[in-house]
Amino acid sequence: MKVHRTTFKKMSLKNIIITKATAVLTVIFTVFSSMSVFAQEVGATASAAPAKAVDMEPIYKSTLFYVLLFLLLCLFIGIIGKALKVYELTRETQGKPEGINWNKINGVLFAAFLVVGLYGVYWEYTVHGNMLLPEAASEHGKRIDEMFNITLIITTIVFIVTHIILFTFAYIYKSTGNRKAYYYPHNNALERIWTVIPALVLTVLVLMGFLTWRSIFHKVQDPNNQPLSIEVTSSQFQWDFRYPGADGVIGVKNYKKITSINALGIDFNDKNSLDDQLADELVIPVNKPVRFVLTSKDVLHSFYMPHFRVQLNTVPGMTSYFEFTPTITSDEMKIKTNDPSFKYILLCAKICGTNHYNMQKTVRVVSQEEYNAWVVKQTTYLTNDLRKAFNLPIPIEPVAVPATADTTATKITEQTNQLAFKK
Amino acid sequence: MSTINLQDTPHIDNHDDHAHGHHHETFLTKYVFSQDHKMIAKQFLITGIIMAVIAMGLSILFRLQLAWPDKSFPILETFLGKWAEGGRIKPDFYLALVTIHGTIMVFFVLTAGLSGTFSNLLIPLQLGARDMASPFLNMLSYWFFFLACTIMMASFFIQTGPASAGWTVYPPLSALPTAIAGSGLGMTMWLISMVLFVASSLMGGINYVSTVLNMRTKGMDLWKMPLTIWAFFLTAILGILSFPVLVAGVVLLVFDRSVGTSFYLSDIVMGTQILPNEGGSPILWQHLFWFLGHPEVYIVIMPALGISSEVISVNSRKPIFGYHAMIYSLIGITLLSFIVWGHHMFVTGMNPLLGGVFMITTLIIAVPSAVKTFNYLATLWRGNIRFTPAMLFAIGLVSFFISGGLTGIFLGNASLDINLHDTYFVVAHFHLVMGSAAIFGMLAGVYHWFPRMFGKMMNAKLGYLHFWLTFITAYLVFFPLHFLGLDGVPRRYYAFTEFEFMQKWLTVNVFVTWSAIIAALAQVAFLFNFFYSIFKGKPAPQNPWEANTLEWTAPVEHLHGNWPGEIPTVYRWPYDYSKPGAAQDFIPQTVPFSQTMSSNLVHDFEGNTEAEQIQKDWELKNVPVVEKAE
Repeated sequence: MKVHRTTFKKMSLKNIIITKATAVLTVIFTVFSSMSVFAQEVGATASAAPAKAVDMEPIYKSTLFYVLLFLLLCLFIGIIGKALKVYELTRETQGKPEGINWNKINGVLFAAFLVVGLYGVYWEYTVHGNMLLPEAASEHGKRIDEMFNITLIITTIVFIVTHIILFTFAYIYKSTGNRKAYYYPHNNALERIWTVIPALVLTVLVLMGFLTWRSIFHKVQDPNNQPLSIEVTSSQFQWDFRYPGADGVIGVKNYKKITSINALGIDFNDKNSLDDQLADELVIPVNKPVRFVLTSKDVLHSFYMPHFRVQLNTVPGMTSYFEFTPTITSDEMKIKTNDPSFKYILLCAKICGTNHYNMQKTVRVVSQEEYNAWVVKQTTYLTNDLRKAFNLPIPIEPVAVPATADTTATKITEQTNQLAFKK
Repeated sequence: MSTINLQDTPHIDNHDDHAHGHHHETFLTKYVFSQDHKMIAKQFLITGIIMAVIAMGLSILFRLQLAWPDKSFPILETFLGKWAEGGRIKPDFYLALVTIHGTIMVFFVLTAGLSGTFSNLLIPLQLGARDMASPFLNMLSYWFFFLACTIMMASFFIQTGPASAGWTVYPPLSALPTAIAGSGLGMTMWLISMVLFVASSLMGGINYVSTVLNMRTKGMDLWKMPLTIWAFFLTAILGILSFPVLVAGVVLLVFDRSVGTSFYLSDIVMGTQILPNEGGSPILWQHLFWFLGHPEVYIVIMPALGISSEVISVNSRKPIFGYHAMIYSLIGITLLSFIVWGHHMFVTGMNPLLGGVFMITTLIIAVPSAVKTFNYLATLWRGNIRFTPAMLFAIGLVSFFISGGLTGIFLGNASLDINLHDTYFVVAHFHLVMGSAAIFGMLAGVYHWFPRMFGKMMNAKLGYLHFWLTFITAYLVFFPLHFLGLDGVPRRYYAFTEFEFMQKWLTVNVFVTWSAIIAALAQVAFLFNFFYSIFKGKPAPQNPWEANTLEWTAPVEHLHGNWPGEIPTVYRWPYDYSKPGAAQDFIPQTVPFSQTMSSNLVHDFEGNTEAEQIQKDWELKNVPVVEKAE
């Protein structure tokens, strides 16, 4: 009986080896044939390519090199597989217990993965975790960061504890073949505990998040500290800023009035529009609330200033508002980050087309005095061409454009100074 | 139940009485226009795998661009022509790649490929039905899906290129061909493809729900169904209720694009050209889209969770811990998933009050998810774990589900979302929780039910290799991306070259791309294993994993109608593994309690006093004898 079994096994082994050998041969054959196909294709394209650029040959070669490398690797893995197979089959024919205990290997791998993974997480937190945005440069941003840190601590604890449990269970309870699992279909008390605890933790997070959210979007206006309004118009692929000018009010605009000289469609029949200024960069005074009036000309964009923890989409046909108070000037931030080239930036975070990846503006946070000095230098939107278009009287001295700008500028300084005094 | 079965598929009766295979199936009716749920499942699976490989290839292309934005890869020009002139991918094409990668993965792979395969395969087999409630609808469902895939892929071969407004296709970008080239014909094809896809999903979903409700075998009450079926059932309900909303949205978008309506468009000026549209709102699309879109991510993850519940239980040789809690948490997720869509829109300018409300509902949904995770861990506890490739992938799923789920707590918090919205943090989050986790669930299912589908075994060692490479590289790809997001790097950026602060992430991008390439190559191990084993794999035994569920009682050789003779009757729940007192460590659902007197528990009889009495009498008679014998 025993003899019979072994001969049977040997026969099957022989069969297996033969079929495997043919399989390997076919694999090798297909590998080489496909290589030659690749070579031909590449050769063909390479011969066509020189017409455009001569130095493409090595790159084609490198592609081929990587393909060959991969095929070699496949072959290598295949050979290892065969070797394992042969080893296991010989063990089997010799009547010894199964050669390789894959269950154990996988269990150990999980344990190893846990250790290496935890180190990897530590490495990520300390190395990449140190490459992140500097501290929030706005009042509400600090609250967001606090919220973030609390969430991060809670989730990191859960993340690490559950993973330790998961992988150590996988390691400890791997089947050894001589144990029966513990029949344990449910435990209502346990289930209640792990329903209630996450619920409580989440309630805390929800409440904190809710209050933070409200404090960001439900601002109570302080009559003594009126926000500075700045209108932002996004379009493919640029940002346009409109400062309110001396009167502190942004004039009306209407997209139907957009022409090549009136890119934003400002309605200059509205008196508030007359002194509105355009600016090339976003300059805002520190510790003063700024209210951004966000509009879009064409598609959706997203007004995103990560350093201030500010983001809101700009939507065509709808005006949205984001009000916040910057707390750190650009110069202070340069010192804090120890980076003399530090810049606050504005970027677009909502896919908006071809140049979505490059829709940026520099943002500068400056002291109130610097802001006052800067803002008077900005030109108004209203030009003589626009005056003509809107049938507005053209100023009496049309000799030189800078002169006009100067007169308005001085007017603005006076008024802004007055505003500053009021505060 | 059987009467319905007879009315719906009368021809099946022949199989009951006579030997199978005596009505002639042509190649066309067997492999192409098949109405057999098992064949349709395979069609869905193989189409899903092909689409997954394509979408993975697309992701490698844009990862190349991200890692080496200044380098030229002439080989790309060879294959892509004008989309990669000079061997560098163009910005428009980059966006197209991102868009189509997302669309294919979310809809074609993780919805149709996952639900379509395993709902079709397992609902009739695990419930003891001869086929789906409507096999014809089932066939249509596949062919609509196939058509949807074809049209989507065809958009790569048109002049203006495929849709490129992101997989969420937010108008106005997606509505105006002047805004981006992909919003021309490519977008039209995207919309047509999506309508066909939704039709396919609906036909599938209606079929799944009606089969689960009407065609369970004798004894299979709802509380004896395996968790896989519960997951597929609730997924199908979710799909039926949410997909039509997407179609409504899509139809309105088609009108805006082609008829000149203004549902989503208002006050738009392209350059200096003032568009006539007035009164619409782009936000409306987002509401309609995410009313599907959020349930959609649960449509993706719930089947994966169901599959892993089954796989983990079988391979731990333990009942799933908290069967009822698992079902209630699935139901909880299903209900809650309809009222959380607004968390995708915290910063769209939606009324901030709504932001607060959606934050609350969103964070509540973390509770049932946490319960599921803890139950998985409790199932592993004191188990007798067999690391089959399926089990490895199921454990991997639990790991991804935890990692990705936890980052959801950041994004679900409206105030934190302000700074994280549309950054790489989001990308990392959903690729872990619904990308990797769901694909791991799908792979676990493939490895586990491959013997059932093809009657062959897959090579376990290649499976181990596949798992470990994929598991490690998936973390290497997605874990570092969180940090890019925390640094404020927005997603869908063609290159990081234009911003100074992004320069420091270029090396990380190179690392991530290499990891992604290795991950992609690791799939070759799977593909080879899969297709090789179909033809040359070891023949599968009747019940290779020693599982309890009904599908393993059906003959290995497929036959239309699943079981020769009578459909098996079900007597018990599907998780009687390692029951104390039982001879084996599994008791199939078809074994009546009368045959397992030594292992029956009072709890098994669900308050049936007569049965309890019989059990007590038996114990009185037998237990002392056993003691004497020992």
